[in-house]
Amino acid sequence: MRGHSFEARAKADGGTELVRLLHERLRDGTPAPGPGSVDVPDLTASGPEGRTARTALALREATAAGRWALLDHPLLALPVSGTPAFLEPDAVVVHPDGSWTVVEIKSFPVIDGAADPGKVGAAARQAAVYVLALEELAARTAGGDAGGGVGSGDDGDSGHGRDGGDSGGGARVRHEILLVCPKDFANVPVAELVDVRKPRATTRRQLARLARVEDIAAALPAGTTFDLRLADDGRTATRPAEELAAAVEAVDAAYAPECLAACELAFHCRARARAEGAVAALGRGLRGELGGLTTVESVLAAALDGTAGGAVGGGPASPGASADAAPDPTVVALRRAAALRSEALALAPFPAPAPAPALAGTEAACR
Amino acid sequence: MSLIATLARMEAVRDGRARPLTTVRHRHLAERPLVFVPLTTAGEAGAPLGALVGTERERPRLLAVPQPRDRDLRSAFLAELAEEMLPYIEGFAEDVTAEERKETDPETGKKVTVEVELCAGAPQLLVPSAAGVAYVRLLGRSMRFRRTAEQDPETPHPAPPRVPLLGRWLTHFGERARVPGSSLLLPVTQLLARHWATGQSTLEDQHLGALLAWTDPPAGLTGAEAALRAELARDAAGQLLHPPAGPATDPAFDNKLLAPATARFDAGLPGAEQEIRELLESQLRPTWEAVWRGVDLLRALPEGERVGERWKRDRWSYTAHRDRVRAGEPPQPRRDDAVTAARKLAARETAQAQLDAQEALDDPLVMAGRRLAGEAFAGEVTDVVMEYTEAKVPRPRPLVTLRTDDSPFLADGVKVHRALPGGKSQSAEFAGHVPGDPGALTVRLTGGMGRGKVPEPGSVPEKGDRVCWTLFEHAPRGGPELPDPDRTPWTHGGPPGEPAAELPDPVTSEDLL
Repeated sequence: MRGHSFEARAKADGGTELVRLLHERLRDGTPAPGPGSVDVPDLTASGPEGRTARTALALREATAAGRWALLDHPLLALPVSGTPAFLEPDAVVVHPDGSWTVVEIKSFPVIDGAADPGKVGAAARQAAVYVLALEELAARTAGGDAGGGVGSGDDGDSGHGRDGGDSGGGARVRHEILLVCPKDFANVPVAELVDVRKPRATTRRQLARLARVEDIAAALPAGTTFDLRLADDGRTATRPAEELAAAVEAVDAAYAPECLAACELAFHCRARARAEGAVAALGRGLRGELGGLTTVESVLAAALDGTAGGAVGGGPASPGASADAAPDPTVVALRRAAALRSEALALAPFPAPAPAPALAGTEAACR
Repeated sequence: MSLIATLARMEAVRDGRARPLTTVRHRHLAERPLVFVPLTTAGEAGAPLGALVGTERERPRLLAVPQPRDRDLRSAFLAELAEEMLPYIEGFAEDVTAEERKETDPETGKKVTVEVELCAGAPQLLVPSAAGVAYVRLLGRSMRFRRTAEQDPETPHPAPPRVPLLGRWLTHFGERARVPGSSLLLPVTQLLARHWATGQSTLEDQHLGALLAWTDPPAGLTGAEAALRAELARDAAGQLLHPPAGPATDPAFDNKLLAPATARFDAGLPGAEQEIRELLESQLRPTWEAVWRGVDLLRALPEGERVGERWKRDRWSYTAHRDRVRAGEPPQPRRDDAVTAARKLAARETAQAQLDAQEALDDPLVMAGRRLAGEAFAGEVTDVVMEYTEAKVPRPRPLVTLRTDDSPFLADGVKVHRALPGGKSQSAEFAGHVPGDPGALTVRLTGGMGRGKVPEPGSVPEKGDRVCWTLFEHAPRGGPELPDPDRTPWTHGGPPGEPAAELPDPVTSEDLL
């Protein structure tokens, strides 16, 4: 609620305020935008494709106009694993020199010039995706006549060239986004430029590496669908829950605890990961520590199995660990850790409710 | 996370309940802590919604803001909060002991011993989670620059008396909470997570209900089942059975229960305020109980030997702030100058190093982690050879050989340390591995044997003793002194100049606090 009211407040008076904030932050010596010097093109159209096309047209016109322009909630398309995804930034500002700046309006406060770094990072990552989509659009706009805009999103780091000073008639997407937040405890907007080159490079790399949707679909049983079969009211799902659960079950998931903050299916994936005893359910870092041991059971077996050599109950735990091979360093470290732990617990001053294998050896000197 | 902690999590998964990470309690727990469970209005920065506060488990005081957008109601809340908290905080100010401290005499420049006051106790604030600590800081920031009608008759919307003072104290608590090992302001989730490993990730450990469910699962349930219930279970009306520990509230509560009640309050319906108070209490009470249950669990652990030493530093910190308030100093600035910031950072780094060392010395289980990491080794003494320095007055430098299963990272001449009874530590140098005997190594004692030609009795280990040496110092000290603020180098912005009086936050029409 506050998010909406703050955004409305920041975009008040036809975007002049927002553009003024941006200009103030740029500090490039150009004259400040006066009242009425900001165009706000109308972007309404029907359907996502229509709105994207309308946005592209408005951007092209605004770039050519050589004036400030504010595009309120434009719609952009970005191919993600071969399927277009539609993105809606809070705003995009077109500068008189034809460059574009993504504006992200957030409702978390900037107190004494500092905001929650986690939230700023998340906003930067979000804006980086918009920058990528805009770069794609800019490349298409610039190369439109030559017909060379196809697939420009896949060519690695081509974006770097576009960061340079050459606006060369074509559009240029600035790599600094404008983050607008409430100042201190008031609802007054304050803005700061945030460099998104790093999250942009990360996102670009991740997008390029994503498995294509067709490939994922090909690996699924034929006819798998997540269709809810909505009734005519558009809200009630008529598909049986079991059927839907079975469909979800068919898809592999790489669960990590971070998913809980971002995904509605996280609890489902967590239950599955826990049922499998996957160590990743306990944290990504922890999984990295354990090398080839991927289940809780195999880790405990490896740690508590005293016999050297590594007949750790087979399974996925110790691929290739045989009696004559050198013992897996992870297993060695785990055994040592288990021995140290039970030794220390054995001298706990309170009765540890541990089924600890009583390792004799007083370590009183370490107290 | 050390492999030992990882292993403890795995054990917790196996056993269905949390497993110990320590054998003693590593933080001070006051006899009478002040528990503070705040709630905030969704989306507003620092607009409190309500709180339970008090030192008595059975009788918490409920504070509520029926309409968080109303400036006067918020002020009333803060005034009540000050009324509840300040007597507790100031209650430790009078009971002092005398301590000696070395200070530099400003005239002669010599170090002289002066006698200063140290408060015998200090307040301790407990909040449910790390978000609660951040909220205490935020409340402190929002209050400390406000002016009362007495300070400035012209000020619009004057703050109730004592509210700016509470702001300064809460800021101090929030700032102190950033010092590793300090115990003035502690989140219960962090306390529990320090002492027990659950069968879930550290991220999920932020949820007080889930963490408690693992640490002390109800009869008949495993930790995982109980935690899942704490996270997700809702009643017939769609409300969480275990409301979040705050300060953020559950959106379902906001939308379905709180918003209609606030609307009724705005419409001036009788009983609406009482209804809001009951709603807030229903959200706060479970967390209140959970905090105290956590305190019970922690109290069952014996306190670590060096915890008192760290608590003494908290008492120093409390005394120092008491003195600043009494001297009429202005509230803490919005941003520290470069030297103050560098000092704080250095102090925190030192505190971290001290905490790491002290926890290991207090607790064999923590020491086990250091041994696994190659930062300590323990073993049985197999041989002691008396040697002396070749100086005019020979000093004892006995060679002690011990056998250990640990694999410490030792190079020739590396200093090692060992705790002696009585809190002192003994230093030694690594003198080499014993050839042909893996696991046996020799160290040369270099200190801790007294001043005489013959080592003091008991200061040299004997054959058959079990000893534990660490590669880290037991009382690490900070780096070199930093310059005075008026000698800040230009690289750090130069001298900050006369501190400008910090103005209160301007009141705007958009102002929400």
